Amino acid sequence: MIEVKDLHKAFGKVKAVDGVSFAARDGEITGLLGPNGAGKTTTLRMLYTLMKPDSGQVLVDGIDAAVDPIAVRRRLGVLPDARGLYKRLSARENIDYFARLHGIETRLMHQRREKLVDALEMRDILDRRTEGFSQGQRVKTAIARALVHDPKNVILDEPTNGLDVMATRGLRTFMRNLKAEGRCVLFSSHIMQEVAMLCDRIVVIANGRVVADETPDALRAQTGEANLEDAFVKLIGSEEGLAA
Amino acid sequence: MKSMVTVFLKEVRENLRDKRTVFSALVYGPLMGPIIFVALMNTVISREMTKAEGPLEVPVIGAQYAPNLIDGLKQQGLVPQPPIADPDKAVRERDADVVLRIPADYARAWTKGEPAQVELIYDSSQMGTGTSRSRLENMLKHYGSQQGALRLLARGLSPGIAAPVVVSERDQSTPQSRAGQLFSILPYFFVLAIYVGSMYLAIDLTAGERERQSLEPLFANPVARWRILLGKLGAIGVYALASLVLTAVAFSVAGHFLPAEKLGMSFDLGAGFIGRVILLELPLIALFAVLETLVAAFAKSYREAQTYLSLLLIVPALPSIIMAFMPIKPATWMYAVPLLGQQVGVSDMLRGVPVSVGNIGLALVCGFAAAFVLGLVTAVVYRSEKLAISA
Repeated sequence: MIEVKDLHKAFGKVKAVDGVSFAARDGEITGLLGPNGAGKTTTLRMLYTLMKPDSGQVLVDGIDAAVDPIAVRRRLGVLPDARGLYKRLSARENIDYFARLHGIETRLMHQRREKLVDALEMRDILDRRTEGFSQGQRVKTAIARALVHDPKNVILDEPTNGLDVMATRGLRTFMRNLKAEGRCVLFSSHIMQEVAMLCDRIVVIANGRVVADETPDALRAQTGEANLEDAFVKLIGSEEGLAA
Repeated sequence: MKSMVTVFLKEVRENLRDKRTVFSALVYGPLMGPIIFVALMNTVISREMTKAEGPLEVPVIGAQYAPNLIDGLKQQGLVPQPPIADPDKAVRERDADVVLRIPADYARAWTKGEPAQVELIYDSSQMGTGTSRSRLENMLKHYGSQQGALRLLARGLSPGIAAPVVVSERDQSTPQSRAGQLFSILPYFFVLAIYVGSMYLAIDLTAGERERQSLEPLFANPVARWRILLGKLGAIGVYALASLVLTAVAFSVAGHFLPAEKLGMSFDLGAGFIGRVILLELPLIALFAVLETLVAAFAKSYREAQTYLSLLLIVPALPSIIMAFMPIKPATWMYAVPLLGQQVGVSDMLRGVPVSVGNIGLALVCGFAAAFVLGLVTAVVYRSEKLAISA
């Protein structure tokens, strides 16, 4: 369970996030949809405590991120916008490094890693150095690395960015499985079809503000548009920055 | 603690796979110094040796005017060379170190008992010609005083009359202290080894990680940033230590290839010396690791960090340069200044002067204290939001 209450963050005069509130529940996939530059990545960065909000509150499973950031990070699995693998290490070594940083003992680490490797179908690249990985292989490795501590809450920043059709489909199945396991999945995207297909709840962000927080059906009803794409355009106020 | 060790082990292992880091830390840093040093010293020593002891070849103009003088100089090791047309040009262009010219009226002045003049033509701005010139000058003086004594004796006077003051020299230098002087550049090589050995790693672990965007996922782990920083500093320190140890060992081996004993010098670069040097240099390992990381954390990119750190390379050289141009008397307070203390201490060890435990202790305490303070500053910089996010 991730709760965000009235987050504000400014860089100089630019208000990147200007009063964002929403909740992402366990056993649901919540999509953070917005055009490029809407404040999605900054919001997520405050969630996983990389940045401190100017004001507002972040609660993860009821723990305040400002009070105990380490405990919050323990409960989160994060795929940041920056994938940043260690290219001189193999995929396996990348995953194990993060497992050890979470203090997971060796036997459990093996179990968890094996499970993720099967779920993400990345057995063939496990012992290759990540230098020269394709975008899809990189995302798989980064996700396995982020989830090796079996977190209850999963944050994925534009997970399908740069992936081909097959890899995207595989990733969607994986996310649905995370949901089926009862986890709270929060992901950002600027691709509306993807959000519409996957999400139980959609939070639409534009110019640092939440302009809608509904189920896909409710969103259609609210805007009076039968087509989701038209609904989004109406919400955001322009077609700029949205991809079909 | 465990997370620090995890970071440490990962950084050490990952960077062992990086050719540039390994090469600069374990090959270039430790070996360049000793190799340059030995090559340089061998050239200098052997050149001085031949000049100081071998036959002295000097072009002589007008040798026919003073056959006795030439015979006297020959007995002292002079090998007269045929006269040359333009002696001024010859010394300027280094065709000859020095030229002796005997004027035509030498014999006339000699027989009249007047001071007979000879000319030495040389260019004192030419490096390495001084030995030849002073040897020839000493030969001439020796010949002159010998002849003077004979003249006094011929008049029934004691030669002692013409020498009211006799200088007796007592050089207090020992073979080892003379060698220490020769080795005055050596402390710099140790400092350089530490700096170069840790530089690429320090850049890579902060500026490099940010540029490759791996700092953000790393900081998403439930580990305090100062623990990550300590793990990284540990890895940098280990590379610097490896570089320092290899350098010390390389110098120890290189010492055997120096013909220093030919110059009446001796030096001890044995295990004891290596151990003391490493002990004294330990605080610099911590200090440089922290300093380089701090600079790398401020830099916006890998290249920028590299530029800054290359410029900072002048810092470890400062004490050596200062000591070379204005030799100052070593004092206890110098051990309290990082870099200066190491310079003074290693110089003294080379000269065979024991460095007291108190002074070594002072250097260790002050050096580590400086590293600690700088470390706190680095930890604060590491906590900043901007650090993790690459542009």
